[in-house]
Amino acid sequence: MVVAGPPSAGKTAVIKNMIRHLGGRAKAAYLKIDVVAAFEDEELRAEFGIPTKKVYSGDLCPDHMGIMVVRDAIDWAEGEGADVLILESAGLCLRCTPYITGSLGICVVSALSGTRAPLKMAPMIALSDACIVTKTDLISQAEKEVFRESIRRVSPEMDIVETNAVQGTGLRHLYRLMDSAGAAEDSPAAELRGSPPLGVCTVCIGKKDIGWQSHFGVIRRIEDADNVYRGE
Amino acid sequence: MIERNAKITITVHPGTSKGGELENFDPIDINPGDTISIVGPTGSGKTAFINDIEVFAQGDTVTGRRIDFNGEAPPDEFSRDPARKPVAMITQNTKCLADLTVREFLDMHASIRGSAGEGMAERALDLANGFTGEKIDARFKMSSLSGGQTRSLMIADAVAISDAPILLLDEIENAGIFRDAVIATLRSLERAVIFVTHDPYVSMISDRRIVMRDGRVESVLRPRDSEREALASVRGMDEALSRVRERIRAGEVITGGGAL
Repeated sequence: MVVAGPPSAGKTAVIKNMIRHLGGRAKAAYLKIDVVAAFEDEELRAEFGIPTKKVYSGDLCPDHMGIMVVRDAIDWAEGEGADVLILESAGLCLRCTPYITGSLGICVVSALSGTRAPLKMAPMIALSDACIVTKTDLISQAEKEVFRESIRRVSPEMDIVETNAVQGTGLRHLYRLMDSAGAAEDSPAAELRGSPPLGVCTVCIGKKDIGWQSHFGVIRRIEDADNVYRGE
Repeated sequence: MIERNAKITITVHPGTSKGGELENFDPIDINPGDTISIVGPTGSGKTAFINDIEVFAQGDTVTGRRIDFNGEAPPDEFSRDPARKPVAMITQNTKCLADLTVREFLDMHASIRGSAGEGMAERALDLANGFTGEKIDARFKMSSLSGGQTRSLMIADAVAISDAPILLLDEIENAGIFRDAVIATLRSLERAVIFVTHDPYVSMISDRRIVMRDGRVESVLRPRDSEREALASVRGMDEALSRVRERIRAGEVITGGGAL
């Protein structure tokens, strides 16, 4: 199960509820991908006694890192005797979607991020199986409804679950999705659901010059910088 | 959304206490027009009780309670789609985050209702102004409203635009609203209201009082006329305190025992 979402959206709080829901019925393993620092693995190991691991992407894009290591991670989880691997993204540019075919993809978005936020995170929402909206206890009924409409504009059929993830309220539908999820494809056929804009570009390799004149590969001038990504 | 005139009943079935023992109460029916207060010490499970109602718990919350809608498990979208669910919850934390005027906020909400939303914004504003003494102007910024104005507007918005038949109000009584006006209006509009409260006056004007302890419902009281005399004197004290509060706000020094 892949859990993606912006920093501080409440991904880990949602994951804690997921692990609680699995209870004694299925053993979970957890992998956190982050850039320079992560503590969630230690937190979850201490709280639930499950095998956890973290991977720092350092100079690499964290979603790129996630894509590189996910097969190894499945092997690791199996080696630990886990039935379910929960993979938590770093959640940075929100353009890449680390969801994988044949496994559950969960997007976590905070209701505090503003009513138009879902439109900015379109690919991350559109390619998920369910969108969990957290912190809904803090906002007005009006904004809750407008937030929901924004998600529907990105993905009209999206499964939306509203929750106060710290209390774990309202997650019944997520649990149902978890229970009905089949085994992940571990065949070579499993792949990313969307095509991320990954590339070994001049910025990726550490060139610090600014302006398109100093770069090669995919470049944009200001007048043709309107390549808007609209989802798969 | 529920038909406005449709008769609805929400039923709370017992769950378990923090210690795991079964709650001992007859299922609690909540109908439009009811006023219920939830009382008990801090940490006794008051907020958990209304959270159960808000999410239509099906034995899947910490309390293990089950909430029925018209005698059966409610449809799934009730607990997931705020536009469909018949319950609106307003807490002290409930805020409008967007940088909008009152007019824009209400229009934004009403627009989701499509054609049914017409005129709702005005109605909500009128209602809100009946709940607070500090006049709310449509041109005010949401972020500049006082606590009392915000709470009044949220309640009015839930009634007029969300059209929720059941309101859950979590400790909002200290926020400068006319509690009598809110309760009278909600009764006249056939809405049920459940207060989580520490306010003696709100507790006493409710039809029913649910007493919480250690995470469980300890008793459900219907004091009715037995409290009538006490209510009159509590109302007097409450009014006296309100007057003193207003005078303190106005910068007066309160002297002499006759102030009350």
